[in-house]
This record gives sequence, structure tokens and C-alpha cells, in this order.
Amino acid sequence: MSGGPTVDGHDANGQHANGQHADGRDANEHHTDGREVDGRGVDGPVPGRRGAGAVVALAGRIVLAPAVLAVAGALVLTTLVMLAVGVDPALAYPALVRGALYDGNLEYTIAAFVPTLGMALAFAIPLRAGEFNLGGDGQMALGGVVAAALALNVTLPAGLGVLLPLVAAALTGALVAGISAPLRTRLGVPAIVTTLLVSTPAVALASYLVRFPLAEQGTGNAQTPTLPDAAHLPALAGSEYVTLGLPLIALLTAAWLLADARGVLGYEIRATGSNREFARYGGVAVNRLAAVTLAGGGAFAGLVGALIVLGPPYRFVDGALTAPGYTFTAIAAVLLATGRPVAVPFTVALLTILSAGGPGMERDAGVPSQLTQIVQGLIIVIVAVFATVRHVRRRRNARTEAGA
Amino acid sequence: MNIFEATFFAAVLTATAPVVLAALGGLLSSVSGVFNMALEGQLLWGAFTAVVFSYLTGSAWLGVLGGVLATVLYSAILSVSAVTFRADPVVVAVGMNLLALGLTAFLMRQVFGVGGTYTSPDLRGLPTLADLGLDVPVLGSQSPLVPVTLALVVAVALWLKRTRAGLRLRGIGQHADAAESLGLRVGVYRHGVVLAAGALCGLAGAQLALGNVTLFSEGMSAGRGWVAVVAVMLGGSRPYRVLLACLLFGAAEAFGFRLQGAGLPQQAADAAPYVITLLALVVAGAAGRRRQTVEAR
Repeated sequence: MSGGPTVDGHDANGQHANGQHADGRDANEHHTDGREVDGRGVDGPVPGRRGAGAVVALAGRIVLAPAVLAVAGALVLTTLVMLAVGVDPALAYPALVRGALYDGNLEYTIAAFVPTLGMALAFAIPLRAGEFNLGGDGQMALGGVVAAALALNVTLPAGLGVLLPLVAAALTGALVAGISAPLRTRLGVPAIVTTLLVSTPAVALASYLVRFPLAEQGTGNAQTPTLPDAAHLPALAGSEYVTLGLPLIALLTAAWLLADARGVLGYEIRATGSNREFARYGGVAVNRLAAVTLAGGGAFAGLVGALIVLGPPYRFVDGALTAPGYTFTAIAAVLLATGRPVAVPFTVALLTILSAGGPGMERDAGVPSQLTQIVQGLIIVIVAVFATVRHVRRRRNARTEAGA
Repeated sequence: MNIFEATFFAAVLTATAPVVLAALGGLLSSVSGVFNMALEGQLLWGAFTAVVFSYLTGSAWLGVLGGVLATVLYSAILSVSAVTFRADPVVVAVGMNLLALGLTAFLMRQVFGVGGTYTSPDLRGLPTLADLGLDVPVLGSQSPLVPVTLALVVAVALWLKRTRAGLRLRGIGQHADAAESLGLRVGVYRHGVVLAAGALCGLAGAQLALGNVTLFSEGMSAGRGWVAVVAVMLGGSRPYRVLLACLLFGAAEAFGFRLQGAGLPQQAADAAPYVITLLALVVAGAAGRRRQTVEAR
């Protein structure tokens, strides 16, 4: 199974191993090619295509980017679904936006951005090496349980009381995801299957631990007692729900982006994702990288579990980690970024707004919040189609030019 | 706890039938060279649409038919994007599984006005064989779709092995370009097989929602489609081996229910089928590896 086409929209055929958009096109074209997301490539007149023409060309490229087309296509199809079952889109969409951004809801949305971005890294890191991690739920739940158990049973001073559970949760997540690595490299079972198969028992184990050994006595609720004060993640100034988790995950994301773009490890991971055999030939320890990336992704999932548990309401509530569906919102966001890691925080923000607005839409317009899952599923399908279609068309053009 | 009694075997068959049907779809797709990981979503969609059509028509069999047709339509997403547009079938499948989860949960609230689980005395479930006057041991408590499932396993095995079309399908899976150069229309075969997998998943969903029980609940496929994917990995292109792998899963699920009855927590029952499936993968993978090493010498 090749991760190539999904990682950066290219076929896994070696010639793209050195990064994105290295296809042999002339310099003029290259200047605006595929840089829509970070806005570079706008500055400076393009030789032979000045002023308005260049702006139109750029605008055309932005509009026709697979990500933009996918979101637009998904929204159109979702609107059709709404009309088919008699929901008024003119009521639903404004309610969705209000539910995410207005009336003091923005704080919840920012709070939901943190776990979604973390889960996006949990999926994106292995994907760069061509491995699919669909088991984020299990890694997150066990990470959260370990963090809660540690905070409840070990008395620690203030700073360490937060740090130790976070680290332990990350290690737990790494271990849970790491199980899939030898299965992939020694037995040849794809990680997409094993991560998912491990996830269900992992969630069940976390649920069991929270309901029985760690349960709060006497209330009958499936939750742990409130964690001691030393284990509370400090909230950011002026906020109730946004904690120190936000700067932490932002920092880690920046570190990953840097390592991916500039680091040796990042280069080796990208090379493996583009063409596994080519990378192996070039001296990359591809099997070790599968383990490193899966464990790295799992570590982020475990960390997210701890960030949720150590934040308000400062306890592990059974189902509270997996119910909001962070894992699959994040997967949709990463696939929407079509191989541009820099775009991931933005696609995560977009899809977080979509899913965080769901409950508000349900309350105000009476439209079930599951609508947001429909949008996400459609986005994934459409982006997969557009990524290939664009690539095939480009290859065909290249072949025509070469033949002429 | 006696596990060697008729009711246990009946429980195994009940748990196995939907997985076998979905796995047959996965097997056909994989033989043709299309990796079909969207079984989970199609199974869920089949279960939901079968319930909807049974509710609308008041007939369980029309429910089955509606479920099958609706799931064929749903599987066209995979066939069009992966076969026509050559999109990555794995990514498309991830999207389709999520889409099915969202669509069923959304439409259930719109159509039935409830979330979580829908059931109603008006909802017609499939009769058991005993209801139809065929009170044979073990099978008597099953829906007619269970013997149909077993027959389909035999049919698929014979079709792949003994017919011209089956041979051609295997050829396409082994070397699509070579098959194309012999004049076979690779795309047509692949479209047909992916849509057939949709029909089988629709049947699986109908058996799950109208045969095993008579209700629909959110996410009721509960990983069975993924177990079917694993069964195809374990069994390769041999339908009887795939059936065996599915029976292993069914036995684990039935055993899990027994454990729950014996006082173990529900979480153990939830986890049992997946742990067993994983162990089977590891054992089979290790055995395959050893065989390769021996052959290499």
C-alpha cells in the first residue's frame, strides 16, 4: 500500500523523493505553483506574465486547489442532503457559525482546537512515512487514564504534578501505537488495520479502569474523582477552558514543522513516504522509521489524552475523550492539507470550527450535529479524487510537452 | 459454562454471518486488485437503509432489498473514485466509513426522530427458519440469510475457480496490464466487483439489523467491517479460509457474551473479538514468514 499519493499528491515513483512540486516545469510556472497556502510566490513580477494576469492566474490556482474544491464540493453535497430531508440551509449554516464563534462559544472552539491539532499530528507524523494511524482513540484514552492514575495516586509538587502525567501519557500513547510497528515491518500487516484493531480493546480497557479501579466512590458516575490541585493544567489568563495546553501544542507543532522541513529525520521520513524502496536503497532505515513515526504519532495522541484529563473538569469522564470525535476530525484536516504540513494548523482550525459549531446548530436550528461528520467524510473522499486527478493531468501535460 | 451446546453454535453463526458476507465482498475486490477498506461504512449503511425500507414498506424482505440496492449505490462512491479516477482507495475508504457514520446518525434523527437506538413494534424483522417450518437444530433459530451466506461462500469459491469470468478476474488482480493486453476490460470487471461487494455489504447490514436483532443503533457495525478486512488478509483469495477466519471472530464474540454472562465486565466482552483477531493475525503472519524462509532455502 503506498502512502505516496496521499502524502503529497504525487505518485510514489521516486522522482519526487526530494520534496514537493519538483516536477520538471518551467520556472515561470513554478513560481506560483502550489504555494497558495502560505501566500508566498505572490511577490515580484513574473517574467512574461505581468500584473493583472499574474493575479488572475494565482486566484485561479487558489480556487482550483484540491483543498478549496474539496471543501466547496463537500458543502454543496451537504446542502443537497439538507434539502433532501427538509432542513433549511439558510438557518443551519448561520447557526453553525454562531455556535462556533459567537456568544462566548469561541472559547470552547479554541479549547477544542488543542486536542484536534494534537490528534492531527498523531495522524500526520506516521502518514509522512506512508503509515496510517487510525487508532488515535485508543492511544488517547489510555494516555488519559495513565495521566489520571498517576495524578490521583502519586503526590507531586506543583510543576512536576503536571509534567509527569503528561510525559507518562505520551509514553503510553507511543507504546500503544508502537505495537503496530513490528506487525507492519515483520509480518507485513498494514498499520491502518492493526492500529484500529488495537484501539477498540484499548478504549475498552480505559473504560474498565475508569469504571472500576479508579472510579469515584459513592456517586455511581463513570468517572474518576477530581484530580488534586497540583495536577491541574493552569488556565490561560482571562479564560476558563483554554489551558497551557494551547501554547504547548503550538510549540510542539512548530517543532514538528521545522523538523519535517529542515531536519535529517524529517527528510528521511518524507523520502520513505514517497518511495519506500528508493529510501531503503538510499540507506534509510525504513523499518526503524516506521516504528519511530508510529510511536511519535502515538505520543501525541497520548499527550492529548492527558491534556484533556488535566484540564477542566480535571478528571477522566468515561467517553468524554472519544465522544467529540477529535481523531477523525483531525484525519480529515490532515488529508485536506494535501501534503503541505504548514497548512495543517489552518485546516484543523477550519474543521474544528465546523465540528464545534455542531451542538450550537442543533440547539438553535434543530439540525442534528452529526451533519459535521457528513461534511468531513465528503471532504476526505473529494480531496482524494482531486489530488489524483490533478496529478494525472499534470503528468499528461508533462508528457505532451516532452513529446512536442 | 458449557460451550459445546447448540445455543453456543447458534450464537457463533449469528455473530459470524454479517462478517462473512462483508468479507466475501472484500475478497472479490481484493482478487480484482482493488483494496476495499470501506466495508465497515457499507455494512453500517446497509444496516440503516434496510431498517428504513423495512419501516417504510412494512416488509422485512423489501427492507433487505432496499438495503442491498442502497448499499450498491453507496459503493459506487468507491468504484467511481478508485476505479474511474484512480484515487487512493484507502483514503476514499476512510472518508466513506466516516461519511456512513455521519449520514446514518443524521438521517436517523431526521427520519425516526430519535438518536442512539431506534426500534419499534412496526419494524419488521426477518423470520427465523423455525418460523418458516424448518426447525432444524442450530440453524432453526437463524434467519434465512444465514444458510444463504454459507451458500454464497461456496458459490464464490466455485465461481472464482471454475468459471471463465472468475479466472479472468483473478488474472486482472495478478497483472492488470497483461489482462488488458489480452482484451479484457479491466475497468468493467473492477466496477462490477466493487458494486457486488456493495450488494454483499448491504446483505450483511440487513442480516445485522433485521436478522440478528430488529433495530438500528448508531455505529452498530462496531468494527465488523474491519474484522472482515482482516479475514480477507488471513484467508487471501480462498473463500473457505476467509470463512474460517470469520468463524474465529464469531466464536470470540459469542464467547465474550458468555463471559459477560459469567460476571466479567462488559468491556472484556467488547475487547475479546479484537484481541482474538489480532492474535490470529500475528500467528498467521509468523507462520507465513516461517514458510517463506523455508522456501527461500
